[in-house]
Amino acid sequence: MTAPAPFNVRRAGRFRGLWEASPLTYLTLVIALVLSVFPIYWMLVVATRTNEIVSDVPPPVTPGTHFGENVERLFANPDAFFATGLVNSAIAASVITISTVFFASLAGFAFAKLRFRGRNALLLTIIATMMIPVQMGVIPLYLIMIKLGWNGELQSIIVPFLVTGFGVFMMRQYAASAVPDELIEAARVDGCSTFRIYWSVVLPALRPAAGVLGLFTFMQTWNEFMWPLAVLEPDNPTVQLSIKQLANAHFQDYTLMFAGTAVATLPLLVVFIVFSRQIIGGIMEGAIKA
Amino acid sequence: MGLDVRPAPGRRRAKVPAPPPSRPTWRGRLARLDMKVSPYLLISPFYAVFLVFGAFPLGYTLWVSLHDWELASGLRQWLGLQNYRELLADEAFWNSVVNTLGMFALSTVPQLLLALLAANALNRRMRGGLLFRMGMIAPLVTSTAAVAIVFTQLYAHDYGMVNWLLGLVGVDPIDWQADRYWSWVAVSSMVDWRWTGYNALIYLAAMQAIPRDLYEAAAIDGASRRRQFWQITVPMLRPTIIFTVIISTIGGLQLFTEPVLYGSGEMNGGPVGQYQTVAMYMFEHSFRGDDYGYGAAVAWVLFLMIIVFSLLNFLFIRRMGGTR
Repeated sequence: MTAPAPFNVRRAGRFRGLWEASPLTYLTLVIALVLSVFPIYWMLVVATRTNEIVSDVPPPVTPGTHFGENVERLFANPDAFFATGLVNSAIAASVITISTVFFASLAGFAFAKLRFRGRNALLLTIIATMMIPVQMGVIPLYLIMIKLGWNGELQSIIVPFLVTGFGVFMMRQYAASAVPDELIEAARVDGCSTFRIYWSVVLPALRPAAGVLGLFTFMQTWNEFMWPLAVLEPDNPTVQLSIKQLANAHFQDYTLMFAGTAVATLPLLVVFIVFSRQIIGGIMEGAIKA
Repeated sequence: MGLDVRPAPGRRRAKVPAPPPSRPTWRGRLARLDMKVSPYLLISPFYAVFLVFGAFPLGYTLWVSLHDWELASGLRQWLGLQNYRELLADEAFWNSVVNTLGMFALSTVPQLLLALLAANALNRRMRGGLLFRMGMIAPLVTSTAAVAIVFTQLYAHDYGMVNWLLGLVGVDPIDWQADRYWSWVAVSSMVDWRWTGYNALIYLAAMQAIPRDLYEAAAIDGASRRRQFWQITVPMLRPTIIFTVIISTIGGLQLFTEPVLYGSGEMNGGPVGQYQTVAMYMFEHSFRGDDYGYGAAVAWVLFLMIIVFSLLNFLFIRRMGGTR
């Protein structure tokens, strides 16, 4: 993990011009910014309008006043089960986030700081699991769920994802550098059990990495599409499936669909705005394989 | 936790001798047991989940793919390699392979090139750096399904904004759904939009680790900025570029959510399958067609494709930079 080097001010003197942003640089970035943000903005524009605007030329570019109305229609829609979808997604994403952070930091601590037989071989298997695409397992996973009688139930989208190899690996990398061995030794001498050491010494030190892992796990679970589509039924969906249900209707009610996408996206946007520094830092430290 | 409470471990340990082995106390035995067993206890939750829901399904996919496997009728008949033979002769499957590769190329190449340019711009000294970074990473936190719906509407034939903008510069409306290649462009643009900023930040982090002397020396020798970019930045970024290419390959070949929603949630990828991907093809045959054996065979072929293409891309990128 390389920490981003801060701009070296002392040396800037002679080569100042070399690093100064040119007008062209700003232009590039402004265009990139507009392209990145516009579709999100457009989502909000349509979600706050009525269906008449869909055929307007030129299209409107400012938000309207009909958001509340569209959201009401959204929750009243008989095919989308939108409220159920929201609750299911919130439960699944929260449970998976907490358990991933907990179990991944437990295992990461063990791999980074404890000595045991087979440690390196076991760590290799974890790295190998990171290479396996999720879709490989969808069919047998479904067959397992039927055996367990879990198909259609919320636990089918939670239990298989309680902890990931990526999470373990990430926490191991962080624990290796962030937790001093002496601290663990000292706690041992003071008579702490291994779990006590984890709880009172290691976990507090892992907090920054745990936060980033938690954020990304939450976002990923919230966005999960294929597996819920395979295993859940339309009347007990996640929020993404509710949106799909709206898009699947014979008559495409755009403002309804966009209100759905806006409500499904807002929780993530809030998380993003609050934690943007940590998210950017997490990506730049190479910690995140989204 | 204050750091001052940390004792020097060596000295402290010398003062507290291990309990004599002849009289093991209950506490001592417990502590030794803790040292021996705890590591395995700590890693066991991961392995429990992984073995049941990760490793076992992988092997099970292979087993299922060797059968005629239906759920509704309970049919389970051994076929050997029959599914694979059929698959290799299946035109619809090859159509989905071509679509997947086409969209993979359209979504990966511009994405990584634009990310390089954006990172290079972000690596300058400027005002509002955080704002630009935030803006560029914002697509990552939107839900994939939501974005697919927004883009689908932007690409609508009659009242979509893209065709309207094209009309302003005198271009005839494009049928972004029915035309095979344009539909690839539309779907790929969703992927590009989502991941460019993410890759830009990864490149930016790597760029910041390049020693600045290299650029200063090049500037003294009269190399232009553009020259510096291609001759210093890009070669120095090679390991990072390899990493992003592999990640994009794994993700790109599994493309599913975007094309599914582009087709209003159907698995056929348009009336003639013009943008059906391999993952959609697998889903259609297994979960929609109740032919799980065939679907499992598709899953294995997809897995092999991912391995082969990751390796090819790895070799290609390594080669490209190696001719310096």
